[in-house]
Parts: sequence; C-alpha cells; structure tokens
Amino acid sequence: MIGIGPVYVLAGLMFGAMALMSARDRSNPRRWRNAGFWGLYAVSFLFGDFLGDLGNGILVLVMVAVAAAGLGIGRPQTTTPDERRLSARKFGNAIFAPALAIPLVTIFAALVLRQIFIAGRPLIDPAQTTLIGLGLACVTALVMGRVLLKQRIIAAVDEGRRLMDLLGWAAVLPQMLSALGAVFTIAGVGTAIGQVASQAIPGGSRAAAVIAYALGMALFTAVMGNAFAAFPVLTIGIGLPLIVMKFHGDPVAMSAIGMLSGFCGTLTTPMAANFNLVPAALLGLKNRYGVIAVQIPTAILLLMVNMVLMYAVVFR
Amino acid sequence: MLGFAARVNPLLVVIAAALASGIAGGLEPGAVIAAFGKAFNENRYVSLTWLVLPAIGALERAGLQQRARELIVKIRGASVASILCIYLLVRQITVALGLPFGGQASMVRPLIAPMAEAAAEARVDGLTDAQRDAIRAHAAAADNVGAFFGEDIFVAIGSILLIKGFLAQNGITADPLQLSLWAIPTAVAAFAIHAGRIVFFARRLGRRR
Repeated sequence: MIGIGPVYVLAGLMFGAMALMSARDRSNPRRWRNAGFWGLYAVSFLFGDFLGDLGNGILVLVMVAVAAAGLGIGRPQTTTPDERRLSARKFGNAIFAPALAIPLVTIFAALVLRQIFIAGRPLIDPAQTTLIGLGLACVTALVMGRVLLKQRIIAAVDEGRRLMDLLGWAAVLPQMLSALGAVFTIAGVGTAIGQVASQAIPGGSRAAAVIAYALGMALFTAVMGNAFAAFPVLTIGIGLPLIVMKFHGDPVAMSAIGMLSGFCGTLTTPMAANFNLVPAALLGLKNRYGVIAVQIPTAILLLMVNMVLMYAVVFR
Repeated sequence: MLGFAARVNPLLVVIAAALASGIAGGLEPGAVIAAFGKAFNENRYVSLTWLVLPAIGALERAGLQQRARELIVKIRGASVASILCIYLLVRQITVALGLPFGGQASMVRPLIAPMAEAAAEARVDGLTDAQRDAIRAHAAAADNVGAFFGEDIFVAIGSILLIKGFLAQNGITADPLQLSLWAIPTAVAAFAIHAGRIVFFARRLGRRR
C-alpha cells in the first residue's frame, strides 16, 4: 500500500533543492538564511519521523529563529513579460494542459485509484487519497511541462523557489497554527474558555440561545483559527445544555448550521493563515489583510442568515 | 490573535502562545516544545500544497498567465463579475461532490486572478494598483467562500464526520446525510450573498473611469 510517506519525501527533496539553489543565489543578500530555513524544512519532511518529539521541537525553534532574523527574496532567472507573451503565442492553449492536469489527476486518484485493490489490499491509503493524488498530480504536471512546453525540471524547481520566497515564513504558518491548536488542546484552553462563555450568557429565550451559540462559534473560531476546535467547546457549553436540553431543539440541524457559523468566523481571521494570509502573499497584495477585508461583509451577512435559519428549523 | 495586532513575526507569536498556554496548563517548557514538535511533525501534510509551486512556476515562465489573459479578452461576455461568480459556483459544486478542484496556489494565482484582471483591463481604462489588488483579493475570497460553504454538503468530509463522532459521544445518533442536507440552505445563501457582492464590486470598478 502506498501511504503518505513518498509524498513527504517528494516535498523534502523539493525543499532541499530550493535550499541549495538559495545558497547559490548571489542576488539575495540573505541567501544563507533562506538556505538554512528551507534546508531545515527539508530535514523535517525527510527525517521528521526519526528526530523524536523534542528533536522536532528544537528544529521548529531554529526555523523560527532564522525566520525572525529575516528571510530574503531570491531572484531565480526567469522570463520577462515580453518573452512570456511570445511563448504563450507559440504554445497556444497547450499551455493549459499541465495546469488542468493538476486538479484532474487529483480527482482521478480520489475516484479511481482508491478503488484499486492488489491482493486484497488497497493500492493507496484510503485515508490519504487526496494528498497522494496531489503529489502524483504535481509530478504529472512537471513531466507534461517538460514534454509539451520544454520546461526543464530544474528550472521549474527554481521557479517554484521564486514563489516560495514570495511566501517566505508565511508558508510554514498554517502548519505552525495546526500545531498550536494541538498544544491548546493538551493545555485545556478550549474547555477553560467554554466554561467562562457558558456562565456569561443568559439562557432566557430560544432566540438568545441560538444567537449565543452561532455567534460563539464564529468568534471562538476566529480566535482559534479553526471551526473544528470551536465546535466541541461551544456545543458542550451552549448548544447541548440550552438549545437541545432546555428548549428541545434538533441537535442534528443545530450542529450542521453551528459548524457553518464557525466557518463564517474562519473567513475573518488571520489565525486561518492558509486561507487568508497565504493567498495575500501569493497574489502579491500590498495589504496582508486584503483577502480578509473582502470576506468580512460576506461573513457577517451569512452569520445572520445562519442565526435566522437555525432559529427557524431547530425548534420545529 | 493579539500577536497579529503587534508587529512581531507571527511565527514567534505562535511559539510564545504555545509556551504561555502550555505552562499555564501545568506543563514544563521542555514538554511544551516536545508537544509542539510532535504536532508540527504530524501536521506536515498541511504544507504539501506547496508541491504545486514548481509546476505552476514553470507554467508561469512559459506564459500561462499571459495566455489566460489573451483568452479572456477574446471571450465577449467575460467580465470580472461573470468570471468570479462562475468560479464561485463551480468551486461550491465540485467541493460538494467531494472533488478536489481549485485552490489558491493551483487555480487562483495562475488562472482565476489573471483572468479577472484581464477582463477588468478590457473594460476599464487605467486600472489603479489598488483596484488590481482588490480584484485579486476577490478572486482569493471566491475560492474560500466556495470551498467553505460547499464542502459540508459532501457526506464524507472531515467536519461532517467530526460532528457525527461528537454527537455519538454525547448519546445522539446523527445520520451524516441529514447533516449534509442541512448544509444546503447556507450554501445557497452563501452563493447569493457573495455573488451579489462580486457583482456590486464589479459595477463600482466600471464606474470609476
């Protein structure tokens, strides 16, 4: 069975190559810091399972120290806009083929490869189909780019470094926040906040309970950066005791709409870095919070819709 | 959250928050570092998205964004509003079917944002940098809104299974299909609200000539 392991190795090799290329990039005055940062990240992907918990923790600390000292931006050799226009004319729509191959191969893995069994065992780990499919899709796209568009693989990795340096430390932030969530759980932060919240809200009316639950989900998600962390806390603190036990509401509709109220919070918070901060860096926005600014009005309107909807359907 | 308000490197803030909450929760500093390292290692999958960057970079080098722009300018009906609304809808529907299509690195940066920008250029003279940034931010937002408010319609998504498992722990049996059906009204409202905002935004872009 193919698991997630080879995909981690692929990522480790990619970051390792980027580290070497960073070290050789004299246009970047901070090239050694970039090389160190991506090099350590390569170590994490290649050998993370052998370093032990404390070893991994120290690796993270060193990475953070290098990032806090300040990373530079490498300038890999790339094409000018005019060259790109000419190249785009030359290749025509064939240029879209590798780009479309990325989602198509990922979908293919999710739908077809997961059905394949060899000697009674699945070919790829059913729990990891999307990520394994993504790894396969990226390799497919690179090979298609090499064959159809004559883009050398080494040059492609160097172009990847151009985008990676644009992200800088923001590339690691989502993973760091996931790890922070795990520490919060161990330390019992969620339960502590939940206890305070459930004592603070008045349990007078059905409407007040619904507002407290939906708004609580959104706010708590914004603080934690993740609706999954907020859901158990708020549902134990407010949802089950008030909406379900006291007012006899339907727990299924309440939970479904409650989770979606949490997602409204996700739209508004820098803690959900992979959705909100990373694209701002990836698109070169001047305002780091530009994406959040666009999403806040939708989040507020949709949260109000969720409250009305929950009130209407939960107490049928 | 407070750390983001201060202008400190967010990675340092995350480490500080982990240490503070861990120590407040009664752990030794060394144990907090180990717990963080363990969780960091287990969550490596979060960063696998970056595997697409070499392919996307190579395609950009070959002129992908330029080709996407040229194509959009040729299509008569293409506008900022139509591109972003169609993408929002397609993202919602595919994710509701459990199909991994879309994403900030693999769709928005190489295709959707340049297409929307090109469509705006074709209609508005002298687009300002602020307007370009706003168009790009809207492209990223369409991806997020579509993904968040489509995924819970898919029965086997993580959040549905989390709800089912949590309710089961509390003695309540929930049918995943019921949970996913209750995600549909919000999904429809999300499309209506966000598409409406895209259309409004695109109109204002056109007016500032």
